[in-house]
Amino acid sequence: MNLTLKIWRQKDSNTKGQMVDYKVNDISEHMSFLEMMDVLNEQLVNSGEEPVAFDHDCREGICGMCSLYINGEAHGPDRAITTCQLHMRMFKDGDTITIEPWRAKAFPVIKDLVVDRTAFERIQQAGGYISVNTSGNTQDANAIPISKHAADEAMDAAACIGCGACVATCKNSSAMLFVGAKVSQYALLPQGQIEAADRVRNMVEQMDAEGFGNCTNTGACEVECPKGISLDTIARMNRELMKANLK
Amino acid sequence: MSVLNSKVPKGSIKDKWTTYKDKIDLVNPANKRHIDVIVVGTGLAGGSAAATLAELGYNVKAFCYQDSPRRAHSIAAQGGINAAKNYQGDGDSTYRLFYDTVKGGDYRSREANVYRLAEVSANIIDQCVAQGVPFARDYGGLLDNRSFGGVLVSRTFYAKGQTGQQLLLGAYSAMNRQIARGKIQMYNRHEMLDVVKVDGKARGIIARDLITGKIERHSAHAVVIASGGYGNVYFLSTNAMGSNATAAWKIHKKGAFFANPCYTQIHPTCIPRSGDYQSKLTLMSESLRNDGRIWVPKNMDDVIAIREGRKKPTELSEDERDYYLERRYPAFGNLVPRDVASRAAKERCDAGYGVNATGEAVYLDFAAAIERYGKEQAKIHNIQNPSKEKITELGEAIVEAKYGNLFQMYEKIVDQNPYKTPMMIYPAVHYTMGGVWVDYNLMTTIPGCYCIGEANFSDHGANRLGASALMQGLADGYFVLPYTIGDYLSDDIRTGPIPTDTKEFDDVEKEVNDRINFFMNNKGTKSVDYFHKKLGKIMWDKAGMSRNAQGLKEAMAEIKAIREEFWKDVKVPGSANEMNPELEKAGRVADFLELGELFAKDALMREESCGGHFREESAEEDGPQKGEAKRDDKNFAFVAAWEHKGEPANAVLHKEELEFKDIELKQRSYK
Repeated sequence: MNLTLKIWRQKDSNTKGQMVDYKVNDISEHMSFLEMMDVLNEQLVNSGEEPVAFDHDCREGICGMCSLYINGEAHGPDRAITTCQLHMRMFKDGDTITIEPWRAKAFPVIKDLVVDRTAFERIQQAGGYISVNTSGNTQDANAIPISKHAADEAMDAAACIGCGACVATCKNSSAMLFVGAKVSQYALLPQGQIEAADRVRNMVEQMDAEGFGNCTNTGACEVECPKGISLDTIARMNRELMKANLK
Repeated sequence: MSVLNSKVPKGSIKDKWTTYKDKIDLVNPANKRHIDVIVVGTGLAGGSAAATLAELGYNVKAFCYQDSPRRAHSIAAQGGINAAKNYQGDGDSTYRLFYDTVKGGDYRSREANVYRLAEVSANIIDQCVAQGVPFARDYGGLLDNRSFGGVLVSRTFYAKGQTGQQLLLGAYSAMNRQIARGKIQMYNRHEMLDVVKVDGKARGIIARDLITGKIERHSAHAVVIASGGYGNVYFLSTNAMGSNATAAWKIHKKGAFFANPCYTQIHPTCIPRSGDYQSKLTLMSESLRNDGRIWVPKNMDDVIAIREGRKKPTELSEDERDYYLERRYPAFGNLVPRDVASRAAKERCDAGYGVNATGEAVYLDFAAAIERYGKEQAKIHNIQNPSKEKITELGEAIVEAKYGNLFQMYEKIVDQNPYKTPMMIYPAVHYTMGGVWVDYNLMTTIPGCYCIGEANFSDHGANRLGASALMQGLADGYFVLPYTIGDYLSDDIRTGPIPTDTKEFDDVEKEVNDRINFFMNNKGTKSVDYFHKKLGKIMWDKAGMSRNAQGLKEAMAEIKAIREEFWKDVKVPGSANEMNPELEKAGRVADFLELGELFAKDALMREESCGGHFREESAEEDGPQKGEAKRDDKNFAFVAAWEHKGEPANAVLHKEELEFKDIELKQRSYK
């Protein structure tokens, strides 16, 4: 198929960006979206132009590096996948595809389609861990039984890949699905209880300091999340925060 | 007399590590804060090492090329992590895990290292659970296990199909705690471009800030390389796009020996390639072989009918199918080790039985498992005379619970529903057992330079068993390196900070800048990918699943020729003082173009078949093992450690003879 691409180009964080049109031809429907981008970049390199910078790494939907806003949707027009898992069979010959970076105050553009997501790092550093040193004599892994239900639910929350689609898609650029997922994982496990109150307070405080917006329960984040993280995690985070503040 | 000293402690294999730990030198806590350690790479090995060293009190500087340490490619490991816990009471033990790993590695690993790995494996699970890693549990609330290839016990712990992700997030959370305390300085989007030696010791690195392009000097008392494997030398592999060998290759060129580069794992269950535009291959976890049966049609007529779309695989009756692994290896069946399963798939496809248009695909079928689970569930739920549909429905629910995310991933890529029609799979490059040579302390032949995880060569011999990579990465980082590095650093308590304004740093920085300037100024005509793809094709065709002397000699000559063309004609757009992914790739591919040649040289030297290295000249000629790999213990029971001498072709071979005191060398039979 032949396509027109409208892509955000921006030299660096200090320069103003703009949309630029490109044409790509003979794209196979079996290609992944990023392979289509590879074709464009090879074309640009060969014609002496600078290729489009975009984040990507594992190309199997787990590293959380890829982050494109395609035709107004985070990770494009398919559900429960990342951009690297999107295939060209979702498009048709003659389509015009608009490709933008994540847009959020807390995620400044570094170059073209690459954004700075280190705000997520700082939120995790504020409390996204259990304080346990490495040693050869931690208690046996089976010493505390954990119900299968709680373990599975913790796993569902822990499946978050930290891509930032929730922030990009939220009209308030809220990071509450991301933070809720991490808080939930630990809140559901006995190991997470000891530091629960400090964890949720510190992570939420850091989240606010980074300039992410608030949650107004529209649920767009849940729809666009490639890993199906549930809105329940936000409710749990709020509950945990309430509990912590009442202590 | 070899120049290699493995430094394996004396004593019985069961006591070596314990006795050794009791006797090594320690650094007192007050002195640790005067010692700096650089860790390059933040996957399971690097992440766990950085966190643990910082907990101990060292000042750690950690580097990764991704925008977060959590994105290192360990995250993509799906199936699980082995540990000799014997929670299932099925006869597992430290010795058995040790034995399985040595045997699985086709008797080409160092016994003492493998025993230590098995010994600390149980601690890893305890540590990860304490960190909040949500491993799968059974209804009683205890940890669940599954089975992996090449073993007869269930010792694999897992977190759905995302075990690597959860373990890495555990190590990442431990890192975050230390970053918050200021004990780890984290350098995201940074790439190490060379190592700096002072008085023969590794004392720092030159790194490039991938956002600004700035070249930086970083000093330390020791440098730990944890940068993963070199599978991307094949261009197409299951590695991440950015996975590269640059850090490992740079230390090799500065004096670290590179061991067994030809030992590469070709994983049997990957999604077949679909076209020339393909940028990478996707793995389907080996855990699928617990329940999936692998087959191709028995009759060529059916193969042709399927390829032409006239027949569907589900229309073939049981006796029209060739379950070739069950036929050839009745004892292990579909759970033979990876190298054996891959070669068997290639054998069937080479014979013309491949089931897709390219002729390079076999079926992985879950119909039998769905029926079996369905009947079991019907019994559990007390459903009398369940209909076929009901059984399928119940069975699919169980398969979904076990492998749902993998099935979804397959469907998104291939656009077929694997619950209703068998998956198509084919082998792909996945893991490299070879790597930087290290002694028992995990130190390379450069004093003060360590190498851990997939980047080193030590534990998996010529073939790695499933779910052992995660185990090794975390064993090295959490439980081995933090001890052994102290023994070395105890001499550095009075050294003080290593200055970076010295001639040694000047010289290496100049080398790095010269190379970058060359790329920016060389107005060639061909893109970096053009050369990478060419290299990959040679590697796959001539140094892939089976190799012969003729092909390997050709590969060496052809790679050299491509390398020369690369340095004349490569084209890198943009500038050096900005984010420039093409420049990053150029440096990595330049290193692969050297590594590939050494790889072929190593494969040519090793005139035997062992594990992932199959030499066509060395196969069993008759008897029940006909066609299977033939090892030559008399002449090749050694580690091949290569010393760099200018060109890859001139590398000098050093042998570390392997001694097997606790395990008898046998033909590896899975029949």
